Amino acid sequence: MDLFEHEARDLFERHGVPVPRGKVATTPGSARAIAVELGGSVVVKAQVKTGGRGKAGGVKVVHSPDDAEQAAEDILGMDIKGHRVHKVLVTEASAIAEEYYLSFLLDRAARAFLAMASAEGGMDIEAVAATKPGALARIPVDPLTGVDTALAGRIIEAARLPAAAADAIVALWTVFAEEDATLVEVNPLVLTTDGTVVAVDGKVTLDANAAFRQPSHAGFVDSPDEDPLERRARESGLNYVKLDGDIGVIGNGAGLVMSTLDVVAAAAAEAGARGPANFLDIGGGASAEIMAAGLGVILGDEQVRSVFVNVFGGITACDAVADGIVRALALLGDRAAKPLVVRLDGNNVAEGRRILVEAAHPLVTLVDTMDDAAGAAAKLAAAEPEA
Amino acid sequence: MAIFLDEHSKVVVAGMTGAEGRKHTARMLAAGTNVVGGINPRKAGQEILLSGRSLPVFGDTAEAVAATGADVSVLFVPPPGVKDAVIDAVDAGVGMAVVITEGVPVHDAAAFWAHAKESPTRVIGPNCPGVISPGRSNAGIIPDGITKPGRIGLVSKSGTLTYQLMHELREHGFSTCVGIGGDPIIGTTHIDVVEAFEKDPETEVIVLIGEIGGDAEERAAEYIRARVSKPVVGYIAGFTAPPGKTMGHAGAIVSGTGGTAEAKKKALETAGIQVGRTPSETAAIVRETLVR
Repeated sequence: MDLFEHEARDLFERHGVPVPRGKVATTPGSARAIAVELGGSVVVKAQVKTGGRGKAGGVKVVHSPDDAEQAAEDILGMDIKGHRVHKVLVTEASAIAEEYYLSFLLDRAARAFLAMASAEGGMDIEAVAATKPGALARIPVDPLTGVDTALAGRIIEAARLPAAAADAIVALWTVFAEEDATLVEVNPLVLTTDGTVVAVDGKVTLDANAAFRQPSHAGFVDSPDEDPLERRARESGLNYVKLDGDIGVIGNGAGLVMSTLDVVAAAAAEAGARGPANFLDIGGGASAEIMAAGLGVILGDEQVRSVFVNVFGGITACDAVADGIVRALALLGDRAAKPLVVRLDGNNVAEGRRILVEAAHPLVTLVDTMDDAAGAAAKLAAAEPEA
Repeated sequence: MAIFLDEHSKVVVAGMTGAEGRKHTARMLAAGTNVVGGINPRKAGQEILLSGRSLPVFGDTAEAVAATGADVSVLFVPPPGVKDAVIDAVDAGVGMAVVITEGVPVHDAAAFWAHAKESPTRVIGPNCPGVISPGRSNAGIIPDGITKPGRIGLVSKSGTLTYQLMHELREHGFSTCVGIGGDPIIGTTHIDVVEAFEKDPETEVIVLIGEIGGDAEERAAEYIRARVSKPVVGYIAGFTAPPGKTMGHAGAIVSGTGGTAEAKKKALETAGIQVGRTPSETAAIVRETLVR
């Protein structure tokens, strides 16, 4: 889960990372009040979970409460790469002497952690990595020992950061380790004209798998930018991602569902349909309730014109899945108005197919293989009138 | 032969006394796995009756190893206990620890891997379906009975795609199928498994299934080009996955321009590996390769 900058800033502050004083505003009036409280020049920053907000005009340095109010007025409601701005962070403006880059992240290949640091801060770090790879230092971090003052010293030396950054680096590592983060990135890490080091911007990604020991993270979940269907699916405990096509997809197992999307995309291109409308993994236990919740979300997508249910019964028995489909359609009643193509294979497949054949639901077509079923769903989507 | 697991493997199940542990231990027994006991510190000394067999429960892996000679541990421990349970298995010196548990924090996976990497213990997973050598033994939750013993070796990040390919190629059979899991940090990679299949005289063709996220498939492609003489057939899932979205598996995410299915397919093909566009086409390529 990605955090907003102001949430990252709060986590930094909690772990002793120096950050600029500041607060969040959702109205121009409150931005003005914060500017009065801070005094002097302030920065008004759009809070969106995407990069490039500076270029989009989402960051403004202003020198009076009036101008802070005006900046917030301009920025609130702005659309930055499809992300609507609902709040701004108003902070004191730092007197910048130098800008650096620092991050801690997973190194999947090394199966460990990695520190990346550069004296070329304040810029797009991927561009630095591409054009001046020597300017981006990469220092492995052992998960068992983490980052102490000595390792912070090596990071400082490798990236030519100021010695004054050591405490901030160790504190940022504490954020990474203690908050179960998979990314902590500061760009820029600023050396001010009076020689202190401040994290002026922050990006943090938290590991959702650690939620059981991070109760405070529950407060971060709310995201006004979330797609309404994705929110509904999340609230029903479903693993769903909204896509742009017209063929709804339900399957079991992340790999099989990704594969199903690919097969559906190819079939759609051939049949003149648009492609997969979503990713939805119902996991191991495909009960009628889960199937009904999944179908409910998919049929709530106005773009959907047909649905492909693709299940390989491993542990799950196909008869239970078939039963789930039949009962889900009964639960949904008139809301189930789109054709369904079902492919079942694996554990107890004969019984599963028999249940569907016997139920003879007018919307359900049973197809034997994944490829043929994707083709049938694509043809149905292409033939169905647009909603 | 087969790799990692055979009829001589003695399996101990950590978390055997829980609902999932019981269910899958019974399935492993039915598949012919030599399950010698379970581990649960709070139930040490008890006996659990499963499928007509009475299995002893030990307090830790070392005790289980001393009493039974167990050399494989399969873990169904809930996420908060996984790190300590894997370290316990590594410290007891079992040959392989198969971590089935889904939802393990990545900091815990990094910690237990750091602890295990210099040890003789092979860690598989977390968040994986396990290892099956059909007709010999089954350590995990891969369904027995889809296929039979044969000459295909399979390695995959995904459980259901493993089952799908086992099903498509059921007439040919498999030496061993290894589900390595879809998390960002896993104990055994595609490369580790491919290396073992290359050395296994019984495996003739290797199926490598990958998906978006990270660059494990790209690194495996380079390894295969340099070191593997057996034919390898690839399949990659996730061409239609949008960037920045996690697709079910914690590690299945395209970040920026990294980790795309296209890049992985290209890397495999550049290394001379045929890549199927669909599971069924992949199976067809494997069939042709076996006939040749």
